Amino acid sequence: MKSAVGREVPATVVGYGPVTAYAGAFQTPQPERRYAPMMKQARPGDDKVLGSLAEAFRRIPVKDGMTLSFHHHFRNGDGVLNLVLAVAASLGRKNLNIMISSIFPVHAPLIDHIKSGVVSGLDTNYISGPVGRALSLGVLANPVIMRTHGGRARAIEAGQARVDVAFIAAPACDRYGNVTGTMGPAACGSLGYAMPDAEYADHVVAVTDYLIDYPLAPVSIPQTRVDYVVKVEKIGDPKGIVSGTTTITKDPVGLKIAQSAANVIAASGLLKEGFSFQTGAGGASLAAADYMARIMEKRGISGSFAMGGITGYLVNMLDRGLFKRIIDVQDFDLEAVKSLATNPNHLEVSAGYYANPFNAGCVVNMLDTVILGATEIDTDFNVNVTTGSDGIIMGGSGGHSDAAAGAKMTIIVANLLRGRLPILLDKVLTVTTPGETVDVLVTEHGVAVNPRRNELALRLREAGLPVRDVQELKALAEKMAGVPRTPVFDGRIVGVVEYRDGTLIDVVRQAGG
Amino acid sequence: MLEVLRSMLFVPGNNPAMLQNAGVFGADAVILDLEDAVAPREKDAARFLVAEALRQVDFKTSARVVRINTLDTGGAEDLRRVVSCAPAAVLVPKVQSASDILAVAGLLETLEQPGQAPVQIIALIETPRGLAEAYSIATVHPRVIALAFGAEDYTAAIGAKRTKEGLEIISARGVLINSAAAAGVAAIDTPFTDINDEAGLRADVALARQLGYKGKLAIHPRQVDLIHEVMNPSVEEIRWAQRVLAVLRQAEQEGAGAVSLDGKMIDAPIELRARHVLKLAENIPAGGAEQ
Repeated sequence: MKSAVGREVPATVVGYGPVTAYAGAFQTPQPERRYAPMMKQARPGDDKVLGSLAEAFRRIPVKDGMTLSFHHHFRNGDGVLNLVLAVAASLGRKNLNIMISSIFPVHAPLIDHIKSGVVSGLDTNYISGPVGRALSLGVLANPVIMRTHGGRARAIEAGQARVDVAFIAAPACDRYGNVTGTMGPAACGSLGYAMPDAEYADHVVAVTDYLIDYPLAPVSIPQTRVDYVVKVEKIGDPKGIVSGTTTITKDPVGLKIAQSAANVIAASGLLKEGFSFQTGAGGASLAAADYMARIMEKRGISGSFAMGGITGYLVNMLDRGLFKRIIDVQDFDLEAVKSLATNPNHLEVSAGYYANPFNAGCVVNMLDTVILGATEIDTDFNVNVTTGSDGIIMGGSGGHSDAAAGAKMTIIVANLLRGRLPILLDKVLTVTTPGETVDVLVTEHGVAVNPRRNELALRLREAGLPVRDVQELKALAEKMAGVPRTPVFDGRIVGVVEYRDGTLIDVVRQAGG
Repeated sequence: MLEVLRSMLFVPGNNPAMLQNAGVFGADAVILDLEDAVAPREKDAARFLVAEALRQVDFKTSARVVRINTLDTGGAEDLRRVVSCAPAAVLVPKVQSASDILAVAGLLETLEQPGQAPVQIIALIETPRGLAEAYSIATVHPRVIALAFGAEDYTAAIGAKRTKEGLEIISARGVLINSAAAAGVAAIDTPFTDINDEAGLRADVALARQLGYKGKLAIHPRQVDLIHEVMNPSVEEIRWAQRVLAVLRQAEQEGAGAVSLDGKMIDAPIELRARHVLKLAENIPAGGAEQ
């Protein structure tokens, strides 16, 4: 059968189960009821603090085949997944299913745990680094499940992804299991992606290197869901967590594109009092936000909220009054962490509040515009941020599909040529985000508007922006770089790309096999 | 193509990625550089790249200019390789005298293909001798359409320290603009070299504009928009220029002689300035006011 973006998806995928094909961004109905998590009990005098992770494994007990979940707020500074899997391996656990909101190069030891049979299932929203390559080359027998940030929260709330044990990397924790991300040597700010896990997992273990007196405040993850607290020497490397180096790009082409994106927003009719905005923490996104801030200041506009990967730049915009609130599911630098800790207008929210399509209203629905990137985009405006042109997994939706679906205007910023390759194609290799949720492509060689949004194209043209037909832009790219040969991958399915509503939009097949 | 030269952006002639993207920044001209940006051992590769770029790359609205080396350091070979690719102009470095221009013009004449539009010359004045000869350099050959000022070498030669404020080059800037104006060619100001100092660039372009310069060399794409912003006429100036020309048209229709606007005589220099303002205004994109 085919998903609504024309991709062949099987009726059943071995290691995943029966498939519902993607039918359109808002075409699949929600399940009737949420999954009911465990009732729990703690008696007066119970001590939640355990001496080691191994003790937690024994007390729970962690058995073969269980699903263990993790959050990715430490990004490439995370130490907890590796610690927990080392314990699992030493205790001889097998066939664990690892559900982690994102995977980074620091998680490379995962590959050996897969090879040795400790890990046999993987469920994530984004992968960068060697794990993606290994998966693409077929190291894991079962396909990796690639979700969106909102889709992961949905899957947990719906009980489609059941977590046996959530290991929550806790930058600061008290003895009774209250957790915050705003303090401690591994402070990371918001813990939004860990919240569904804490709420729904059968067992919750807070892993910390900063145990403080009860009661900790403010609480991000409450004692009412946390069963055990384990203190370890170090849960993460601050250099990989909040690198402090998220800065505006200096690449002149990137700056040009960012400025065009800001001009698109300015001309769209959306940039008025109460404007809301999401962008990533990459250098080009920050540049676009900076150009946009200048326009807002010139026009005397203040926005309602900004969200996304929060950096000092967005905090600065909040402090200057350009936005009334920051809604925060993830932070990227120490200024953002400090702001979350001190500014009451800086709100910490869960992944579900941010982007779950099956609740009574997630934040992305309130976005006027979002600026997103693309590894590839096609003339139907479908976007691939999952695989490279070589078929290797090197990303994933994260919040990409969620924000695109919610925002009134979704802008994709990308260099028309990356290296020697055009990024604008007839068909992207893997569809991550469907074209029906994408409105504008901004490149250094001009702007293309989704034909579904003719009124927007008209507005941009009237403002003098270089609007070109998407086919014309593609022809231009091919004139410069030639027509790229379309790679064909027909090996077994090594990954399934789940849309935020739980349907399958595409699959990833083995590369280089 | 070379009528409006608010910004002329240097692009290293040995960097394929930058050559490919040179046209996306909206500079009035790009200068594909075979001289200072390219190490001696890479000159030949750069000639090949620049020639290919002139043939293949779409530079959009930017005029195509090539900075050659001086004739005694490979400039003749530069010309042999690029002239047939039809650049709009060559930027000739370290011009010392009118004879330097005549030598380049002579080579251009022999190298141009039949039917090819004449390649123009922009003379880069960057020595005290060149500055002293600026007027004769600008008038020696009809191909010379502009004088450009290179202050880094110049200040070194006069033994002054180069500063951001530029007091040390104030007289040189004055001599150059006067020579260009007397010769009826354009004057292009020296680049501002601190690419991270936006406020400094703004002040430097404003000063150049106040001195009479209509254009500036740019060493980084980020400088282009700001140069345009400062060099562009303001809304008030555009309105003034439109009124000047309207009054002139009316006077012409009525056969009147001397005319005035707001109590001031409109003479030839005022008409010229008004026409230039409107020429510049044509180049301001609709979205430009917010850039």
